[in-house]
Amino acid sequence: MLNYILRRLLVMIPTLAAISFLIFFIIELPEGDYISNQISMLRSTGESASIGRLEFLRKEFALDRPFVERYGIWVGLWPGPNGFDGLIQGNWGWSFEYDQPVGEVVGPTLPLTVALNLATVLFIYCVAFPIGIYSATHQYSVGDYTFTLIGYLGLATPNFLLALVLMYLANSWFGLTVGGIMEEHYIGEPMSGGKVLSIVAHLIVPVIVIGTSGTAAMIRRLRANLLDEIYKQYVTTARSKGMRESKLLVKYPLRVALNPFIADIGNLIPSLVSGSVIVSVVLNLPTVGPVLLGALQSQDQFLAGFILLFVSILTLIGMLVSDVLLGYLDPRIRLGKEGARQ
Amino acid sequence: MSPGERGEDKAEHYVNPKGFDPKDVEILTREQERYYQAPQWKIIWWKFRKHKLAVLSAIILFFFYLCVPFAEIIAPYPVAKRNVDFLFAPPQAIHLFHEGKLVGPFVYGLNPSVDLENLKWVYETDTTKVQKIRFFCKGEPYKFWGLFPASFHVICPAKDGTLFIAGTDRLGRDQYSGLVYGARLSLTIGLVGVSISMVLGVLLGGLAGFFGGWIDSSIQRVIEIMRSLPELPLWMALSAALPITWSPVWIYFGLTVILGLLDWPGLARAVRSKLLSLREEEYAKAAALMGASPSRIIVKHLLPGFTSHLVASATLSVPAMILGETALSFLNLGLRRPAVSWGVLLNEAQNISVVTIYPWLMAPVIPIIIVVLAFNFMGDGLRDAADPYK
Repeated sequence: MLNYILRRLLVMIPTLAAISFLIFFIIELPEGDYISNQISMLRSTGESASIGRLEFLRKEFALDRPFVERYGIWVGLWPGPNGFDGLIQGNWGWSFEYDQPVGEVVGPTLPLTVALNLATVLFIYCVAFPIGIYSATHQYSVGDYTFTLIGYLGLATPNFLLALVLMYLANSWFGLTVGGIMEEHYIGEPMSGGKVLSIVAHLIVPVIVIGTSGTAAMIRRLRANLLDEIYKQYVTTARSKGMRESKLLVKYPLRVALNPFIADIGNLIPSLVSGSVIVSVVLNLPTVGPVLLGALQSQDQFLAGFILLFVSILTLIGMLVSDVLLGYLDPRIRLGKEGARQ
Repeated sequence: MSPGERGEDKAEHYVNPKGFDPKDVEILTREQERYYQAPQWKIIWWKFRKHKLAVLSAIILFFFYLCVPFAEIIAPYPVAKRNVDFLFAPPQAIHLFHEGKLVGPFVYGLNPSVDLENLKWVYETDTTKVQKIRFFCKGEPYKFWGLFPASFHVICPAKDGTLFIAGTDRLGRDQYSGLVYGARLSLTIGLVGVSISMVLGVLLGGLAGFFGGWIDSSIQRVIEIMRSLPELPLWMALSAALPITWSPVWIYFGLTVILGLLDWPGLARAVRSKLLSLREEEYAKAAALMGASPSRIIVKHLLPGFTSHLVASATLSVPAMILGETALSFLNLGLRRPAVSWGVLLNEAQNISVVTIYPWLMAPVIPIIIVVLAFNFMGDGLRDAADPYK
């Protein structure tokens, strides 16, 4: 098992390298950089007093070097003006817009981002698991049809529109403010029981909004998998031996059907993270989503780059966890028969 | 083979008194004959037709797509027209009866006033003003396709009246007309984007599936990496990189390229696995032995074998693109006015306090959900029908 995890971790390294390069390429796509834009803005207004300082800053952040060198400095594989000082060394860069280190800008938002995505994954499992089993064992019942219909709607409704509509409904029907992460009087206060409760209460709507389409997909998947298994010979055999129906289900077909269920969550995670970014913007949650939007709009490149890398790593870790779980469940994968997985 | 025929223990010689008609077994009913002689697309169509929901979705989509060429004619107002006396006007309900008498479809006039206490526009419906809706009429002048001046509309407000089916926004622009014009960009962006991702997917998936080896494994790696990336943040970053100075047309094409660039891995994967199985077929081998080049084998012999699959999976990825554009424009990163798409219209609904007072600003949500659902159902139907011989 340990071997498998190690192998899986090793595979992640080249992936991470490729992703970081891609992200750096993307954030460098806009013409110029934050400081050179400021300089040209100052030039056009005729103010030239602070240009010297900005020129110095450009040198300080190595923005005047060629592209590959800048990438190396950002990651920490190439000596910058201050020696090796990049992501690997724990320096996440500088946010020009906030005039603060990136770590301080995004620091408070990271735990909530992780919590939100984790809560969504848990929500999907907790909801999709029982409903999927119910739908498969009660095929074509009223309940099955209802869940199928809801599932279709859930798949088709884009999450940020759902957030918008829910926010409106909650506001006009119950007078609730759904946006934000806690009630206003808790902002700035130290952690307390009431504050935690308030945060949890405010997380419910975003979790449902982000998780709906994923849940719908998972229900469909589990139902189909279980239906494939439930009518097989070994189930009939077990039943004819007088095994109790509930025990039988858990013991045999569910275990087989569980495999793709776990594997799929890995495929779902990128779209969950995508969803959490835009839903956070709509619902005004202090996750990395709104910060990323702001950073992209003001071309705050290191901030945007770090957030993009962070959400990508989040999905990579999610996929890793799902792979490890899968390896734990399925010896064929753990022992490295690649073909057995397909 | 029965033991009798082998002659070990011979039975009595048996002759069937009916005689033998060699064509007997091969006589097909008319139905069967029609089926076996029909070309593939016809069988796909027959199978698709049985999927009632998919057909209904296709019809609905057809009507939506009518807005693309004929937006100016279908919309009652030109899209940029500002009705300065009617800012944030609510949707006007369409009535048929006025004081118990049938008048035909009409709306009651609106009397605007300002609520100075809450600082909002208040509209009173004036039930004395009956404004009959006109059909196939001369109304607001416009330029058809931006070229030919005309003033013909399918539906117009009464003379000196108003017709705001879905209300107006903060500048008094008719929302319904906005939706009709917005369909033009929102609905085509998915198609163009999907064509781009299809070209990329077929090309790269084709290379991987046909040649195998290191080409295959490197393309597979790229696909894996692309699939592990969260799409929307990357879309956001890429569209933020589009220069602000670009004209709406360029932004539009930029967006389609961005949407297509990140969407191809799914298609490429499908193409690859199909090619891997098809290239082992006898006819592919035969073509190779006769000296056909790889590109000819792929395009002429293998591709037709799974075009229907491709179309089906492309249909299923159109909604993701429509939603992508909507999300980007909603976040101010995609299209901007004067370009109008459903996302641009939704942009007005960004502020929740505005939405609570003027909920009709969320109107674009309805066509978006209908179109996305319709594409999903139609894609499901197409996918089921794509392999008609199964």
